[in-house]
Amino acid sequence: MSIALRGVGLAHANGKVALENIDLQVSPGERVAIIGPSGAGKTTLLRLLATSLQPTRGELDLLQHNPWRLAARQRQRLRARIGLIHQAPPLPPRQRVVTAVLAGKLGQWSLAKGLLNLLHPLDASGAQAALARLDIADKLYQRCDQLSGGQLQRVGIARVLYQAPELILADEPVSAMDPVLAGHTLAVLNREAAERGMTLLASLHAVDLALAHFPRVIGIRDGRIAFDLPATQVQPEQLQALYANEQLQDTPSSPVPPQPTHIPRC
Amino acid sequence: MRAGNLILLTAILGAVIASFVYLGIDLGALVAGDSLAQMGQYASGFLQPDFSATHLQAIGRAALETLAMSAIGTLLAALLGLALALPAAGRFGGVALHATRLLLNALRAIPELVWAALMVLAAGLGPNAGTLALALHTAGVLGRLFAEALENTPREPADAIRESGGGRMLAFCYGTLPGVWPQLVAYTLYRWENNIRMASVLGFVGAGGLGQMLYVSLSLFQEAQAATVILAMLVLVLAVDGLSGWARQRWVS
Amino acid sequence: MLTTAPRDPAALPRLLITVLALLLLWPGLSLSELDLAVLVDGDNTRAMGNFLAGFWPPAHDGEFLALLGRATLETLAIATAGMSLALLIAVPAALLASRALSLSAVHRGGRPAWWANLARWPVRGLLIFLRSVPEIVWALLFVRAVGLGPTAGVLAIAITYAGMLGKVYAEIFESVDARPTRALLGAGSSRLSAFAYGVLPNAAGEMLSYTVYRWECAIRASVVMGFVGAGGLGQQIDLSLRMFAGGEVASMLLTFLLLVLLADQFSRLLRARLT
Repeated sequence: MSIALRGVGLAHANGKVALENIDLQVSPGERVAIIGPSGAGKTTLLRLLATSLQPTRGELDLLQHNPWRLAARQRQRLRARIGLIHQAPPLPPRQRVVTAVLAGKLGQWSLAKGLLNLLHPLDASGAQAALARLDIADKLYQRCDQLSGGQLQRVGIARVLYQAPELILADEPVSAMDPVLAGHTLAVLNREAAERGMTLLASLHAVDLALAHFPRVIGIRDGRIAFDLPATQVQPEQLQALYANEQLQDTPSSPVPPQPTHIPRC
Repeated sequence: MRAGNLILLTAILGAVIASFVYLGIDLGALVAGDSLAQMGQYASGFLQPDFSATHLQAIGRAALETLAMSAIGTLLAALLGLALALPAAGRFGGVALHATRLLLNALRAIPELVWAALMVLAAGLGPNAGTLALALHTAGVLGRLFAEALENTPREPADAIRESGGGRMLAFCYGTLPGVWPQLVAYTLYRWENNIRMASVLGFVGAGGLGQMLYVSLSLFQEAQAATVILAMLVLVLAVDGLSGWARQRWVS
Repeated sequence: MLTTAPRDPAALPRLLITVLALLLLWPGLSLSELDLAVLVDGDNTRAMGNFLAGFWPPAHDGEFLALLGRATLETLAIATAGMSLALLIAVPAALLASRALSLSAVHRGGRPAWWANLARWPVRGLLIFLRSVPEIVWALLFVRAVGLGPTAGVLAIAITYAGMLGKVYAEIFESVDARPTRALLGAGSSRLSAFAYGVLPNAAGEMLSYTVYRWECAIRASVVMGFVGAGGLGQQIDLSLRMFAGGEVASMLLTFLLLVLLADQFSRLLRARLT
């Protein structure tokens, strides 16, 4: 099992419950899409799987380890085998793309190698290969603040691809791209994961992209798993129930009595 | 609000007048005939600077000494300041934060001249004392400025490196440093401009360079030689100001 | 498919800079005679230790404290008087040097004619000269000219800070929005009125803030200048240092630290209230 969650829950410090009673099993090499309305807990779930957040209850197994029972050093080594693609790539604006991509392997490099890389990129061709898979190899030596939002997201993806982890977690990886580019990038990401046997979990806004590219879809609503099905078996009613918003529901409204209008006197 | 400001302004004006009265400065006596003539005579000694080859050679060497003092001192201060800024920005917990802040405040509160006097005691006469004095004082100043810059920089890039397994040092170098680098360079260059002026002065307590030459020539009433030294100081200050301004434009914007 | 990456455009500049830095570092280290080992050398630490041991207890007898109080007041007075004289010189100089009040710029979209720039250069040059010579050098000169005591300090601060304030004021004038001023000048108002109505309202806050900050610096500068005989706390510290009266030096250093702290707080208060 790549991922095994049993009864996992996470409550924030102020008491607000972000995730509740999550049971999840993901086999190695599986590709899963996570969908749900805004605020449902998709990002929280991914950050929990990336070991940025600690669950407040339940059991968590990542790559056959419980990260929170490990010593700090071993946890760092585990983290090097997990790659998180952020929705807003955490790249310093003045950093060059080549350095940003090569930073993916910092978990596997020694301190000396990491520092030397700052002076001169030690594996520019490797970075270029990662960028080439996302069609932005020409941006190799540009600064991050010279890129558009979609290009920046692709650099973030390239960094994780360069890291070559066993588990890829993607938080809205294509949110800043137009639909055609988004679909193309998701196809590339899925192909890379399939070719190298990486497990892939991606949260997505666009349901059609999720259903088109991923064999398994999990719906999350209000911090709970609403459904966990193969993409072909997801029914439209389930999607509607998932995204139903109480305030925007089609309830017949009682007629509002006409207010007497006050016309201001000059 | 208006009335409060008016009171404040009157108080300031009162303080200014009180200062002159307290010091008993008689500006009238200063510009009265006799003392003005005296000052004029003293000033005239400076109007014919000594440009002889031997003197210029000595000045050249002293100027290089002063330049080296200020540059190496500022560089050391930047390294020490950065090392102290990390705990002062809270990266190592509350106790380290308060302890380092206290240390930084102590370093910068003591003026360079006092540090130089202390260093002359420890290291003897010569430019080493000046360099160390500048380094210690400026480390306090830069450390505090760096700590503020570190506090205001986003933590996400460094956190992301930690999350992918990177060590703390590498997370800092790849995630935080690129964002805060321009400010570090700008502050360091700005302090270099200040230190080149101070380095000239530290020679007064025996820390070498142009300052020591000036003090000696003034004490021996050699105004012509002193004038050349002052000119050299001026040139040095202008050169460093220009260089620092160019460097800031090139690398910081 | 490319297997080798193109050459790193930053590689050559970085190499050159590293080589340059190393080439400059070596003579720099030798000229400054840097030797960090002296700080940890046994003899030296003992000498420093003995010196610092003399600092405790800090002198606190009544007569000395009275002297301390007078010296502190003198330092404050030197700084304030020096700053007020500096302002008298700096404001007119800034008005003369600033391009914000250029009449020729009105018809050139904000850029003064070449001869207008040239005419401003003497004043700008003077301001640069005044602030580039370290203030303590001025103090030393004035001590020789007018004798020991606070007058030398006041004059030294007045001259140096006139240069600093003048240059910064001129820059502040040029940094505010120039259009109201240009409109006033174009409509025929005198330069002074254009300044008062066009520049001053926007610039006043920043000017005040910088002036108060410089006053705080002037206090520190007064103490430093005291070392060469310009009166105040610094002169007393110098005297006590020569007599190796560690306790007195300690009290005075503590007073100086306190003074700087109070001035810092006071300046923050003033800046918050006046801007």
